[in-house]
Amino acid sequence: MGRERSPHVTRRFFLKSSGLALVSFGVAPRVLTRAVYAAEGTAHRAKTLVVVFQRGACDSLNTVVPYGEKSYYALRPTIAVPAPRGGSKDAALDLDGFFGLHPALQPLLPLWQEKSLAIVHAVGSPDATRSHFDAQDFMESGTPGRKATEDGWMNRHLQATPDPAATPFRAVSLTPTLPRSLAGRAPAVAMASIREFGLRPVAGPQVARGFEEMYAGAVSDVLHGTGHEAFEAVEFLKKTDPAKYQPARGVIYPRGPYGDSLRQIAQLIKAGVGVEMAFTDVGGWDHHAAEGGVQGQLAGRLRDFGSALAAFHRDLGDRMADVVLVTMTEFGRTVRENGNRGTDHGHASLSFVLGGPVRGGRVHGRWPGLGVGQLYDGRDLALTTDFRDLLGEVLARHLATTDLAAVFPGHSAAAGRFPGVVT
Amino acid sequence: MEGSPRRVLAELQEAKVLRAVYGERQLDEVLVDFWLNHFNVFAQKGPEKFLLGEFERQVLRPHAWGKFEDLLLATAESPAMLFYLDNWLSADPTAKPPRPRMRRRPEGAGQGQKRGLNENYAREIMELHTLGVDGGYTQRDVTEVARCFTGWTIKGLREERPEFHFEPRLHDPGDKVVLGQTIKGGGQDEGRKVIHLLASHPRTARFVSTKLVRKLVADDPPAGLVDRATEAFRKTDGDIREVVRAIVTGPEFVGPDYRNVKIKTPLEFVVSAVRASGASVADAAALAQRVGVMGMPLYMQQPPTGYKDTAEAWVSTSGLLARLNFALDLAGGRVQGVSVDPSKLAPGAADGPALATALATGLVPQGLSASTRKTIEGEAGSGMNPARIAGLLLGSPEFQRR
Repeated sequence: MGRERSPHVTRRFFLKSSGLALVSFGVAPRVLTRAVYAAEGTAHRAKTLVVVFQRGACDSLNTVVPYGEKSYYALRPTIAVPAPRGGSKDAALDLDGFFGLHPALQPLLPLWQEKSLAIVHAVGSPDATRSHFDAQDFMESGTPGRKATEDGWMNRHLQATPDPAATPFRAVSLTPTLPRSLAGRAPAVAMASIREFGLRPVAGPQVARGFEEMYAGAVSDVLHGTGHEAFEAVEFLKKTDPAKYQPARGVIYPRGPYGDSLRQIAQLIKAGVGVEMAFTDVGGWDHHAAEGGVQGQLAGRLRDFGSALAAFHRDLGDRMADVVLVTMTEFGRTVRENGNRGTDHGHASLSFVLGGPVRGGRVHGRWPGLGVGQLYDGRDLALTTDFRDLLGEVLARHLATTDLAAVFPGHSAAAGRFPGVVT
Repeated sequence: MEGSPRRVLAELQEAKVLRAVYGERQLDEVLVDFWLNHFNVFAQKGPEKFLLGEFERQVLRPHAWGKFEDLLLATAESPAMLFYLDNWLSADPTAKPPRPRMRRRPEGAGQGQKRGLNENYAREIMELHTLGVDGGYTQRDVTEVARCFTGWTIKGLREERPEFHFEPRLHDPGDKVVLGQTIKGGGQDEGRKVIHLLASHPRTARFVSTKLVRKLVADDPPAGLVDRATEAFRKTDGDIREVVRAIVTGPEFVGPDYRNVKIKTPLEFVVSAVRASGASVADAAALAQRVGVMGMPLYMQQPPTGYKDTAEAWVSTSGLLARLNFALDLAGGRVQGVSVDPSKLAPGAADGPALATALATGLVPQGLSASTRKTIEGEAGSGMNPARIAGLLLGSPEFQRR
């Protein structure tokens, strides 16, 4: 899977030819990009989509608990989360009289109440696979059932909406390697951390130039293209210095890789480096054993998860008006617990959707029920919203994508199928 | 193994790096690394880091070159795999199991709760270890295989020497049907029959052979070579030595078309840089850490799929920058615990071009492209110091390949 350089106008060429002085990037980048937009007359594109992938198949039923379903308690005798009782922390936190949040997600409750957090339940991929590997692949490529797709849905969005004014950070992933979702022709930057992203200062400009030259001359697409992107991105980062954007007062991200990623994505957004799509992932959701109910492995994961999302929201403050964050996971888990206080691979799961234009304070999608005849394959939560319709809605309404068929080939994403999460 | 968990993991990682750097039988290390990835185990799950040393030493290493079925059986019986994929907990739901002796009881355990079937291992042994995800097995097969493996558990998990134990009371006694074959109820033997069935399945021959060709030759394994390797696998009942022989004697391996086509994994890159520069390693901790930063933290791949074996897994902006920085740091003597060989890095040379040639020949014997050579000669000519040039060479596009 190579990443060819676009034969079209490169960003550098464009900026030069539009008459802006490249020499001094002392101008705040936001001003620069706005000036560029003005010069070019392109539509305002300061919107950001953040995608958080929970790898390992997160158990949606213990995350947003359908406490109104008798079957939930019948099928999970030891790991079900109890129905809300008078604000107890050892029971679900009521959301709407039928669903409740796992108590470890307490930090998300205020976001729900102020209507910036929406939930889509029974969402996922229609493909029947219960293989982590395949299911993640299908979801990230955006073509369930098709193995031959080379690029990812996020990259196809970038390809479908070319932006000559884009910065090197139009698409960024806070991971050491580029995720499948961002694989493809359009450039995307993978960065394990902002601080480490660059050549050692001791290297000096001569060495940096030496590397740039060698990689410019590299025969292989993948080394050539990635080398180019890396050096461009490093240069850009030096001028904009996102590291100086500290979290807002009183905001504390949980320690660990997940909190770190979200904190840095917030930094990049605040620094105005032109992030349109950001990605991070968090693993460890594959709870075949010791998943637990109110306490257990899942609770531990959710504590981290929820407080990081809440911190992100608070950190960005007003800027959240232009940001939508979507969580996704490759599939859910079996309704019935498995006897090791865990669950096995299932089907439909859920997404959290957070942000300014989100219709929060609601559980979207049609709840299929957990009765005997309502389960998928007799064992799993049935699917009522295709993940491509959820993502399609976010792309169409938040990022102004018009060609959804290009992003999700083989799927007729139409406004009629949107779950109605984003205004 | 004694010691704090963190230290144990660090030691595992450092030992791996050291063996890769100093091992005299490099193909041995490559093959064991292959099996470690194929039979991936995640060090951070429970007591895994204490089980991994033995897993690599007693299970993978001795069987690496032998019959695949023997290797598969050894992994199936290993505490490391039994724990990682949860089979140690799997039980016939109708059985009355003995209380497992665990120091920390999970909440609710031991209160007459029903244990149950755990399908994790059954699925992964077919999907990842033998047939492959398109291997033609069904969900039903997964359940039946899981039933066969009930009772395959661990004795003494929290004690000094955990070991395989077959517990008949956990075992589902009925007949099973796996991939169309009936396996009559027969205790521990059922699991062995499944192992045999899977190991000798034609899809397994192709799946494993394809992975080996991908590891040794190219991300897109040449079809002819895969066919021949598969044939060797089948003809010899899965003799890995013969399969590897078929691969490394194939015209594709020997010829020029597939030379230096693979991008080195982070481990391969770090190790080859250390070896090429003739460095000596007093402490491999920093090296192991760098491999992690490049995207391949050793023994830390959480999902059972292991690390991907293709270029796009490793060549990202972040991964590439980490490699360039490492190349510069190594050549500049800034990697803790590693001391470079000055003669390799600063050969006496009359002038710029001679210095460039001397360093290039020493560090990148496979040769440089015209463009890289031009850059290197240019830098050498303009008086750049040898350590910097060496850093450029070790970070060159050519050095990223094997």
